[in-house]
Amino acid sequence: MMHGSGTETYLNAGTSLRSWLLTTDHKRIALLYFASITFFFFVGGIAATMIRLELVTPAGDLVSADGYNRLFTMHGIIMVWFFLIPSIPATLGNFMVPMMIGARDLAFPRLNLLSWYLYIIGGLITLTALLLGGVDTGWTFYEPFSTAYSNGYVVLTILGIFISGFSSVLTGLNFIVTIHKLRAPGLTWYRLPVFIWSTYSTSLILVLATPVLAMTLLMLTAERVLHVGIFDPALGGDPLLFQHMFWFYSHPAVYIMILPSMGVVSEIVPCFARKSLFGYKFVVWCSIAIGAIGFLVWGHHMFVSGQSLYASIVFSFLTYAVAVPSAIKVFNWVATMHKGWIHFDAPMLYAFGFIGLFTMGGITGLFLAALAVDVHVTDTYFVVAHFHYIMVGGAVMGYFGGLHYWWPKITGRLYPEYWARFAAILTFFGFNLTFFPQYVLGVLGMPRRYQVYPPEFQIWHVLSSAGASILAVGYALPLFYFAWSILKGPRAPANQWNATGLEWLTRSPPPPHNFSTTPEVVRGPYCYDLDGNPQPQAAHV
Amino acid sequence: MSEQPPAFQFATAAQQDEASTLGMWTFLATEVLFFGALLAGYSAYRITHPAEFAEAARHTKIVLGTANTAVLLTSSAFIATAVEMTNAGRRRAAALCLALTAALGIAFIAIKGWEYSLEYGEHLVPALNFDADRYGGIAQLFFLFYFFATGLHALHLAIGIALVGGLAGKSVSDRPPETITVRMIGLYWHFVDVVWIFLFPLIYLVGRNQ
Repeated sequence: MMHGSGTETYLNAGTSLRSWLLTTDHKRIALLYFASITFFFFVGGIAATMIRLELVTPAGDLVSADGYNRLFTMHGIIMVWFFLIPSIPATLGNFMVPMMIGARDLAFPRLNLLSWYLYIIGGLITLTALLLGGVDTGWTFYEPFSTAYSNGYVVLTILGIFISGFSSVLTGLNFIVTIHKLRAPGLTWYRLPVFIWSTYSTSLILVLATPVLAMTLLMLTAERVLHVGIFDPALGGDPLLFQHMFWFYSHPAVYIMILPSMGVVSEIVPCFARKSLFGYKFVVWCSIAIGAIGFLVWGHHMFVSGQSLYASIVFSFLTYAVAVPSAIKVFNWVATMHKGWIHFDAPMLYAFGFIGLFTMGGITGLFLAALAVDVHVTDTYFVVAHFHYIMVGGAVMGYFGGLHYWWPKITGRLYPEYWARFAAILTFFGFNLTFFPQYVLGVLGMPRRYQVYPPEFQIWHVLSSAGASILAVGYALPLFYFAWSILKGPRAPANQWNATGLEWLTRSPPPPHNFSTTPEVVRGPYCYDLDGNPQPQAAHV
Repeated sequence: MSEQPPAFQFATAAQQDEASTLGMWTFLATEVLFFGALLAGYSAYRITHPAEFAEAARHTKIVLGTANTAVLLTSSAFIATAVEMTNAGRRRAAALCLALTAALGIAFIAIKGWEYSLEYGEHLVPALNFDADRYGGIAQLFFLFYFFATGLHALHLAIGIALVGGLAGKSVSDRPPETITVRMIGLYWHFVDVVWIFLFPLIYLVGRNQ
């Protein structure tokens, strides 16, 4: 509650550019990431806007066919590697992991800063490649097209992704060590907030999957630069091996994107229902199970590739299996709300949005896990709609929910609640209008990655593009009211939402080393009494 | 345990050491998956083309490979000793062991370079002078993996030599390295050694006598 102008916070501890660019404070690094990924989010968004504009008419009239290929490739690469992968872990995770476990910083603060620089260097290299003329391979770089035929800046683009991969690995490593070794006294594993568990599971994937992508991209680069066969069948290689290796990373990468959002929702739902999280241990172990089983389902991207039918059957089964822990989580969030005292603040609205859209994306994922159905909808808009429901409807909704939830803590300012609720609702409707028509398009047979299409599909594309314009407003609004909040927003109290976590016990914004004294944790997270009063995890700090 | 007070984010020096150790193991887990992907690709092709790969592997220099295995295993014994000497506070002995470790690492790279030059002379280097008419296209795939894997291993070893050489110099200076630093770099060195223990049989030995 103390917030005089004389109080030292992490924000006023140094104001020079140097104090930001050479900071090792996890909270400042989180803000560096926040600014950078916001930039990349809007770059990727511009590409998406061009795609949706092009698709309003059946003919190719806005960009050339080749330009269209480069647009969707740019959209995919930027959004996957430079926005979604780092989004929640590197911003909210970086800020909140030490705060929620009662630590003064991450275990390796300098490594954390290095991680941001690697991300920026990688991002700028890839951006340069995309602006010089781009790549036409799609974000998946399928062989042998990417080495033998593509005329884009494949190697430069890959170099950027390769470098930013080190950033992922170092961030994951830092979180793993921090969560293992820096928990406050009394904070046992089963007293950890679910956001910490989710971040932990995500970090394991970052550390174990990213190096496989790095090796795959190295091999691809060797083939393209040296003209020697590794994956190209004309040179004795096997393109299916590339797909196996690529998806061994890229499917778990989906869980890198969605698990942190699930963690955020697990924080928001108990807080705004003023009720303990239903089935805490189930939610925790489902987070770990999703991370583990997620390593074993990559072959479902290859059902029509010519891989062995028996492999496909096993991958299909495992894909159904990974849906089980996801579904358990959804039931637990809903059960948490049951008979709760629900507050409809903006973070909760985003969490509602997450639950609805994630469920939709998850169920259509089961359609795709079915071998016969998948043959019909492979590489159609059905797939596009499915993964956008997960990665945008799920992951981005969770990201925005977390951003609103922790905004008062991060900035020490309140945002305008009604504008935020409006943006959350607008995003939900805009999203559905954008992507639901794409399910229909997919079932009707519209293939993905096509610039020109038969006129009978136009109505669905127009609906989708109209939705995209609403969605764009939903995403742009927070830019304005968050900026207003930083400049003129009312001061935030220490615990804006009556939450129970350790991060709410310290000032808003927090002092440079988070807590004046190390908290002594006395109970698990999400404890509320019958009147809905929060029972903080530690008495005082 | 560290001789200096712990960094601000740690409560005790022991906690800091545990964090460093876990950090190094986690990094090595990443490295295992990095090399693992390469070996998985290699093994997949080995299974697809067993006869061609076995034939190509007979062109590798088994005597030099075996000698290098002995060199590297001996270097690991020296660095393990260096860690023990550092623990016991015997700085000069530690410095000697570290210097020997780095020297053996350099010897490994020298022998490897000799091997590469022999292979270059036999037109076995893909992208430079591979004689596909003489050895066949699949043999080129084998040698691509061979150079890729051993080259990456040598790069890791070179980093290790720089680290260990630096430690050796520091051990006899006024500010000797912390025990934990020696232990960390020792772990890394052993990892590079373990990679070779997988590469050696997979490249030189499998199917050689068929």
